[in-house]
Amino acid sequence: MSSHRYIVIVGCGRLGSYLANQLSRNGNSVVIIDIDESSFCHLSPEFSGFRVEGDATQVAVLHGAKIKQADVLIATTHEDNANMMIGQVAKKVFGVKKVLTRVFDPKHEEILKKLDIEVICPTAAAATMFLQAVDRKDTSEKEAQL
Amino acid sequence: MKVIIIGSGKTLYFLCRNFTSKGYKVVLINNDRNECEQLARKLSAMVICGDGSNVEILEEAGARSATALLAITPNDQDNLIICQLASLKYGIPRVVALANDPDNADVFEKLGISAFSLTHIVSSLIEQRASLEQIVNLFPVGEGKVNVTEIILNSDSPVVGKQLKDITLPENSLIAVVIRNNQPIVPRGANDLQIADKVVLITLPENHGQVLKAITGEKDRKNLE
Repeated sequence: MSSHRYIVIVGCGRLGSYLANQLSRNGNSVVIIDIDESSFCHLSPEFSGFRVEGDATQVAVLHGAKIKQADVLIATTHEDNANMMIGQVAKKVFGVKKVLTRVFDPKHEEILKKLDIEVICPTAAAATMFLQAVDRKDTSEKEAQL
Repeated sequence: MKVIIIGSGKTLYFLCRNFTSKGYKVVLINNDRNECEQLARKLSAMVICGDGSNVEILEEAGARSATALLAITPNDQDNLIICQLASLKYGIPRVVALANDPDNADVFEKLGISAFSLTHIVSSLIEQRASLEQIVNLFPVGEGKVNVTEIILNSDSPVVGKQLKDITLPENSLIAVVIRNNQPIVPRGANDLQIADKVVLITLPENHGQVLKAITGEKDRKNLE
């Protein structure tokens, strides 16, 4: 994986902080934004990036994180609408090349396709894995019976 | 005409009352059960309790047959996504979002959604009214690219007593209407301007100050500082 990229992560929850810690350890310049300063406690001591406290749906906060220079933006707040808005703003207003957005509700997929933003849906991903696991169990049971 | 409004508080209530009195069919979406019950009691509108960015709620509100949708919640992210769903998924012809953060008005326009900022509107009104007492009305049109200003002429005005053809105004501005004794006149070159005339001006934000200066005279400009 190529390192030394400038990465902005929005939301310092479980996923955001995990990604921030990993990406920072791999040698990237990471800026993490969260509306609540106490969320930054999820960051590990190895995290060497910057912390920005603020609401990333405000353009001024994204400016403060120097978003224009970012190679990658990852939106992982707990609110789908906020992630979808931040993703669009990063891509279409600030021209960030790679934008990844977490969206929980799979029903938003249709509209997101039209908006041309790259989405990771944990609900759909987990469902796929569960379904695969269910199938796997079935086959092993059959094998045991044989 | 069917209008869907998503939001809360007094703005929602009075907007709805305004629209229903004009005979529009209004559907309200609000995510607080208590407020929904209150609204349903007080207004002759259909009220739906739920998240306006949820497609099922929008469908229940009849998004497919709506002519207009207004998203005025206190969260800009919700207003944007609701409007994008309304326009891209349901093809509602007229969709408008409130930008609580004034910077987001521009951002929403860039993302293809018409937006307005109360901060912009109110501050421009206050600035204009505070600077010139003669201005009785000012409102921006064309997404703020054009100003329509109503102004009352007094004896200090250098244009009083002149014919329109003798008044030089900056480029891209116009005296659109003169209201004299409550009678509107669409003026031509030979019409003159008199004290107490109400003049409706069309200006651009760039030349607004110069036009006002030309119409009201230098004296009043001092009040601006």
